[in-house]
Amino acid sequence: MSRYLRFLIIAVVVLGLLFGLDYLFPGGAIHPELRKHLSDNAARLLPYIFRIAMLAGIAITLAVSLNLINGFTGQFSIGHAGFMAVGAYSSAYFSVNFGANLAARLGGGKPAWGLALVLATLIGAVCAGLAGLVVGVPSLRLKGDYLAIVTLGFGQIIVVFLNNIEAVGGARGYSGIPIVKSFFWIFLIAILTIVIVRNIVKSAFGRALISIREDELAAEAMGVNTTRYKVMAFVISSAMAGAGGVLLAHFDGYLNPKSFEFIKSFEILIMIILGGLGSIVGSVLGAVLLTVLPEALRGFAEYRMVIYSLLLIILMITRPQGLLGTTAAFKGWRGRKQKRPRSRTETEEITAEDSSAIDSVAKATLGERQRDSSLGQGEKSEH
Amino acid sequence: MLTLENVSVNYGAIEALTGISMQVAKGEVVTLIGANGAGKTTTLRTITGLLEPRQGRVVFEGKDISGTPTHKLVARGISMAPEGRGVFANLTVRENLQMGAYLNKNKRAIASDMERAFRMFARLKERESQKAGTLSGGEQQMLAIGRALMSRPRLLLLDEPSLGLAPLVVHTIFEAIDEIRSEGTTILLVEQNAHAALGHSDRAYVLETGRIVMEGPSAQLAADPRIKEAYLGE
Repeated sequence: MSRYLRFLIIAVVVLGLLFGLDYLFPGGAIHPELRKHLSDNAARLLPYIFRIAMLAGIAITLAVSLNLINGFTGQFSIGHAGFMAVGAYSSAYFSVNFGANLAARLGGGKPAWGLALVLATLIGAVCAGLAGLVVGVPSLRLKGDYLAIVTLGFGQIIVVFLNNIEAVGGARGYSGIPIVKSFFWIFLIAILTIVIVRNIVKSAFGRALISIREDELAAEAMGVNTTRYKVMAFVISSAMAGAGGVLLAHFDGYLNPKSFEFIKSFEILIMIILGGLGSIVGSVLGAVLLTVLPEALRGFAEYRMVIYSLLLIILMITRPQGLLGTTAAFKGWRGRKQKRPRSRTETEEITAEDSSAIDSVAKATLGERQRDSSLGQGEKSEH
Repeated sequence: MLTLENVSVNYGAIEALTGISMQVAKGEVVTLIGANGAGKTTTLRTITGLLEPRQGRVVFEGKDISGTPTHKLVARGISMAPEGRGVFANLTVRENLQMGAYLNKNKRAIASDMERAFRMFARLKERESQKAGTLSGGEQQMLAIGRALMSRPRLLLLDEPSLGLAPLVVHTIFEAIDEIRSEGTTILLVEQNAHAALGHSDRAYVLETGRIVMEGPSAQLAADPRIKEAYLGE
């Protein structure tokens, strides 16, 4: 029981904090009462800082959800922005055409708008999840890198589609979406994403996903229906990306297909590789860092992107597994080097523990089987 | 228990197995020996459903299992310790064993099976919460076998369990195989180490370029001059 109690207390404190922030900064602006106590400088700076914080919250949702498929299941998806776009546009379409109506009919107060927003989020997540199913079923039956190619293609196709659908503004962009700049809402979704992914990873289902990452054939030999599990993880991940898209759609009240081009997918991918594949805390860190860093480097003006890229390169050279990750993003190169200590450990242990046992047994075995040619035929011996 | 009836398998246009027939009876340890490229692994892959026979069928306990997806075989009572060990490097030893019992939902049964694995391989107990990737080659092989046993198979398939291991460790692995057999599990052992394999099995099949060229009781094959020359280096 105490575990639930602790969880409850943490939940109340966090939600209370977010609620408080929403009260002090309604819609990202400063509450008039609070404004009186702030210097002009602070009043200018605070909304900017909070805007970045909220963008970081959206980035967390996207990064953590991508980590489920790329980091934990080991399937390389590079079309996350596509699923995000599906979630963003479908929810925006709902909000514009039905959401406002619905809220008005329900009385138009805050709870009514909240309900409309919950519905919009569900619609966005479900649509993105369905898109994930359509993409995942054919491509995840195959082992290997096909998913990367298919998701890349999917991301491009979605952008082309959106550019040509007049109902959602086409290339002009989609405007008039109800704006919801709310700490509470953004971080609620981010926290939910973290909790869902964490619970999946700690469950038997999650262990099966990780075993697929480690060795797909061995996982299959354990009785794991790998195709089904990969598709399930992919659909969940896509749905959560869709929820992230919903947040973005309602953040500025304007959507443009350009913001979902493949560079966006790479941005999210960089976040999880930098933070560390297979680490939730790492993804959160990566998301925050990559949202804040470009802003923090604004002082360098046109050198900004050069420094940003250099930082990424240096980090990847020094820590290929990411800041907090367990597995390297790219096998080979450094990844191969790290495997080597394995045999060293064994030699040390053996010499320390049972060198005498080795002597006696080895003598016996080798004496008997000295001419056993097959022994030498294996790969190299571990000792 | 397991019967291969006139099985032929192709990789594209290349014939890897040509009309192989073999049998494994309940309680037996049967070994399949042969040099590199003889078709040992292909045979195992066909049994585990990774390859579909072009001709012939694989029968397990009276049912045709040719081409059945690998993950469905565990529920039927076949378990495999794959070649190259295939342990989950970033999971702990305990988690690896839990994965072996993936289809078993009975926690108490899993706990007692795990105790058994730890009794069989005391080294694993010491390494219980260590990541499998940090284990030595021999320990990884012990883990792969222990993990395969977690699903309580009636037939255990071992693919080259002695590959790349030191003599001392090979010794331990084969002792474990004896123990598993004494508990009543049927074993099909695929090995390059003909000496050890013949010394720890009841019957043997010798595979050469996709055909079975010899079969019989292991002791008899071990004494056969042709086997001695080709596989035992005498």
